Amino acid sequence: MPTTRPGQPAIRSFADGPDTGPRRLDPRARVLAAVAFAVAVVALNGLPALVASVGVAFGLAVWARLPLRETAKRVAAMDGFILLTLVMLPFTTPPAAGTEPLFTLWGLPASREGLEHAVRIALKANAVILALLALVGTMRETVLGHALGRLGVPAKLVTLFLMTVRYIEVLHAEYGRLRWAMKARGFRPRTDLHTLKSLGHLVGMLLVRSLERSERVLAAMKCRGYTGRLPLLDTLRAGPADWAFGTAAAIACVLLVAADRLA
Amino acid sequence: MSLFALSDIRFAYAARPAVLDGVSLRLDAGERLALVGDNGAGKSTLLSLMVGLLKPSGGTVEAFGRARVTEADFAEIRPRAGLVFQDPDDQLFCPTVAEDVAFGPLNTGASRAEARRIVSDTLNGLGLAGFEDRVTHHLSGGEKRLVSLAAVLAMQPEALLLDEPTNALDAKARARLIEVLSGLPQAMVIVSHDPEVREALATRAVLLESGRVADEYPL
Repeated sequence: MPTTRPGQPAIRSFADGPDTGPRRLDPRARVLAAVAFAVAVVALNGLPALVASVGVAFGLAVWARLPLRETAKRVAAMDGFILLTLVMLPFTTPPAAGTEPLFTLWGLPASREGLEHAVRIALKANAVILALLALVGTMRETVLGHALGRLGVPAKLVTLFLMTVRYIEVLHAEYGRLRWAMKARGFRPRTDLHTLKSLGHLVGMLLVRSLERSERVLAAMKCRGYTGRLPLLDTLRAGPADWAFGTAAAIACVLLVAADRLA
Repeated sequence: MSLFALSDIRFAYAARPAVLDGVSLRLDAGERLALVGDNGAGKSTLLSLMVGLLKPSGGTVEAFGRARVTEADFAEIRPRAGLVFQDPDDQLFCPTVAEDVAFGPLNTGASRAEARRIVSDTLNGLGLAGFEDRVTHHLSGGEKRLVSLAAVLAMQPEALLLDEPTNALDAKARARLIEVLSGLPQAMVIVSHDPEVREALATRAVLLESGRVADEYPL
């Protein structure tokens, strides 16, 4: 478990970067473009189109002026998740009938088809994550909630999302304070029963506190006439630049898929 | 006119001895009543009972002219009673200040345009002009306190029930809050350990001790 200082934010988005590129566009246009791009990329088959889509995503990241180190860290975190799959694929995919295996490792044959499959997945995943970071990662979480609400995502999900965003910070701060208090009394995580027990208490205490807090929050909401509907007050307005961006994104997605199908 | 009249209220949390054992209390219009008592004496519990977040095991709660028993009774009076919670983080749950302040008015039937007007009026009135788009969890402790007060005032309550309003505030923020509160027309119940707060605000004080309200307590 990482030790965090109290006061460090739990969610770190790229929203605070330079106010240029996608940060100036309507969040709804960015969410829609990111979703459309993801769908298009997933539908691609050929390597040239996939490489092109990574190029597009990279272009978006540069356009958004994402910080290199932090972005690389996040992309690497996602790659870590799929690494095992990628490594296994050449060995688990049978080669096409009548072809030789590409190579053998400790007596295990690796197929060309499996390797291609792995490369495709890696390209798709990286293109989508980069585009998401550039378009959606550059907006404040609450703005994302508003955009989703205005795009017709069910109100319950939007409420859930916004409440999570709001209280993850509070819980994170509570966790940080508890960890500090443990440290102040000489606690250092080791591989022993005492450590496991103490961390168990920490998690248990966080759960109890969260439950109690959620009850107080609901009580406070009731005091202000809450009846189950969270009203959203937002100032989202789409201008010509947003429509232009949306159109360009749509054309780019169609071009990618068309080029892939015709190749 | 009496805004609240509690008589012979009894209450106990599950499997614990009674916290309140026959409490009677009145709050009249224009009054600022300080509620004094040790930790665990039941001060916050009493405020929760007044707005029906908890239900007493005995006694009656009369609010705004009639007895209140059911959830529907209390749902009607909560926006009028103005309970301000001890921890602003319990109360400020919306992403932005404007949304939080607008939450009450929108619930009680204001249109979006009206809500926006109420938000800017309320924030201006508390010296918080320009706070609309601030993110609630990034506010300082004193700002959170004032915004949570604004969120309650936006419903134009007839009373304010304040639970430790100066808790965890520094001297400057506390002075500012006292100044704001002393300028408000609402009748108040103020739960506070802080003698300065009582001195500056209260018109009357009572002591909650061993489950009962003792008579007048010196200010």
